[in-house]
Amino acid sequence: MKVYATYNIKGGVGKTTAAVNLAHLSAADGDRTLLWDLDPQGAASFLFRIKPRVKGGGQALIRGTKALDDAIKGTDFDSLDLLPADFTYRNMDLLLGKKGTRADPTHRIAHLLRPLAAEYDTVFLDCPPSISLVSENVLHATDILVVPLIPTILSVRTLDQLTDFVAGINGHRPQVRAFFSMVDRRKRLHREITADLWAARPDVAQTAIPALSLIERMSTERAPVTAFAPRSQAAVAFRSLWSELRSLAAR
Amino acid sequence: MTPGLQEYVLDGEEGTALSGALAPAFSVVEDRGTPAVRRLTWLDTFDWRLYRAGLVLAHEQAGRAGRLLLTAADGTPLAEQPAPAAQPRRPSLNLPAGPVWDRIAALVSPRALLPIARAVSTVSVTRLLNADGKMVARLLTDTARVTDTARVTGDTCEVDLPVRLAVAEVRGYPGQARRAARLIAEAPGVSAATQSAFAAALQALHRRPGDYSGAVDAEITAEMPAPVAVATLLLRLLDTLEQNTDGVLRDIDTEFLHDLRVSVRRTRSAIKLLGDVLPGDLADQYAAEFKWLGDLTTPTRDLDVYLLGFDSMAASLLAAKPADLEPFRAFLVRRRAREFRRLAVAIRSPRFRTVTEHWRKALVEVRDARRPRSPRNRPPTAADLAIGRTERAYRRIITQGRAIDQDSAPESLHDLRKRGKELRYMLEFFAPLHDPVAYRKVISDLKQLQDVLGEFQDSEVQREEIHALADAILAERAAPAATLLAMGELAAHLAVSQAEARADFSRRFSSFAGPASLQRFNTLLGVGRGERGDR
Repeated sequence: MKVYATYNIKGGVGKTTAAVNLAHLSAADGDRTLLWDLDPQGAASFLFRIKPRVKGGGQALIRGTKALDDAIKGTDFDSLDLLPADFTYRNMDLLLGKKGTRADPTHRIAHLLRPLAAEYDTVFLDCPPSISLVSENVLHATDILVVPLIPTILSVRTLDQLTDFVAGINGHRPQVRAFFSMVDRRKRLHREITADLWAARPDVAQTAIPALSLIERMSTERAPVTAFAPRSQAAVAFRSLWSELRSLAAR
Repeated sequence: MTPGLQEYVLDGEEGTALSGALAPAFSVVEDRGTPAVRRLTWLDTFDWRLYRAGLVLAHEQAGRAGRLLLTAADGTPLAEQPAPAAQPRRPSLNLPAGPVWDRIAALVSPRALLPIARAVSTVSVTRLLNADGKMVARLLTDTARVTDTARVTGDTCEVDLPVRLAVAEVRGYPGQARRAARLIAEAPGVSAATQSAFAAALQALHRRPGDYSGAVDAEITAEMPAPVAVATLLLRLLDTLEQNTDGVLRDIDTEFLHDLRVSVRRTRSAIKLLGDVLPGDLADQYAAEFKWLGDLTTPTRDLDVYLLGFDSMAASLLAAKPADLEPFRAFLVRRRAREFRRLAVAIRSPRFRTVTEHWRKALVEVRDARRPRSPRNRPPTAADLAIGRTERAYRRIITQGRAIDQDSAPESLHDLRKRGKELRYMLEFFAPLHDPVAYRKVISDLKQLQDVLGEFQDSEVQREEIHALADAILAERAAPAATLLAMGELAAHLAVSQAEARADFSRRFSSFAGPASLQRFNTLLGVGRGERGDR
């Protein structure tokens, strides 16, 4: 089982969009895929038309009184399931830090995912923006950390912070693969930053996801763009990114 | 359809009504994808070994992929394995290695898996959506056309099956699936499927599963006049013989010839032991013809027996290597091909056709003849005949067995085995008249004795046959010295087996002729309880 997480310290950079489309592509490839919507806002759950609610809340999942298995919902797509968001995830840091669960507080998500290995080939974690105990848990549980970047100076700085943070954690460390998101080729700054970073950093994917209104339409279609507009420029870009990530995971 | 789901049957053109029935709870949307087309071929042996074991085996072809699915009769999945998309032209003696073959190999071997029926099934999907537009269940509609593949003749006919419906659950929404199933079950023109798709296919094709068995199973009753019972029994044996003829000629598997040969042997025993109740010289007239038929089958069957047991024979070698025997196997295969050609010519001959046709005509006349109504002229009943002849066969085996001692010639044991077979056939012919529990006990007693006699005689016959085959191999220079040495080792093994069987005979016979066994035999025939009829 390969675990991918879409993560960034900043919000609004395209994490959920990437998670939803990449998970859909993974399932379309025939892999049994699970997407865990860890963000209490529940955007991924919304996009799959699934209520952002888990019986017993995040507490039941973290404490193990409700098996992850029981909370999973099938999406409208073959081989793709979703573990919905819940508003109680906003307190996830507290829940993970609480005493009374067996696993190390920084490894609880990894511990919870382990039994799913028989059922799924691929898991995506759609993470809330922050650096917290949740982030640390995600890093320990993940094989590939997928980091969307908007081509701005601040974003580049954020990537540096993130790579430092990953390098600093003990034990298992995921591979980091950033990609440019919401790229507007008409903007000079976007063109310059992408070119510079591609030249300077090998951990940035060659595929850039363009800023397109079609991607924004995901929230009205409530489906991945790769499903409702599979031949669109946006879908082609996500397929290319997925292909890069798969190659990385296969190494 | 997905195994394990409750299925429904659409009785008529009720598609619109079905949407209406679901409308109060769901938005109904046809799936945009192309309906999945599957080609299913259900497989079983000629004698329905899988069906009798409560198993259903299907080969499924979807697109370019093929797989084998093994389920229980109720549709519970048991095993599956990938398979070539196309079915082999000839019935297979085995499947590719995999979980399905692992489960059924011992059950079906050495029989071939034959196509029983084929279906082209088109499954379309209707999405059932909740108020958020989320799919919460799927309605699967299976439209199938089945084709009968007459197992031996290759004739075909096609029938459309009633449309089958099933609700597939979407994970996490079990309540919605139950609700959809309830609405469908209540819809007009829909009823719960009471049989599997396989059973429905067989029914549509007027096929009765289990319609072949090598058992005698003649429909005789205790009060039936003895000549009618014997004619009925012989007709049943003739049916079995004829049911196997095409399979023998197409050389599908070795058991067609085995069953044909057994029905000939049973016929010969019935003619010998019961033929006197048939009118005129009918029995004498056909005794020679059935001997001819039996002799015809012997060389091919003997070679089949060698080849079937070849691997275990080779594995028993100590001094020689199994590979040393390979030229012997090749020799047997060539011989078998030659003998089979002779057998096939004889089965296709006018003599064979005349024997079977005339025999049937004569037996039907006996079976359907008018009987005198006066009690004085009335012939004995089937029950009278069964008791008298079975008891006589039993007495003969006891008398002959008691006369055998350490110094008796091997022929005396061979003769005793023949008497044992005669008793076995008497029991089997009249099995419907016996109490099943008492019958099984007597058969079990007899089997103990027959096993040791069989081991004794088969070891001797095979040993002599090995000598004869070694001579033939030498004459044809068909194998190197290592092969002949390995064959010598096989002959030595057989001699040891024969000696062991001989040593075991007295104990087995004493047990068979002992008071407990006698008591069981008397119970079977009702002896000592005033139930014996006039013999």
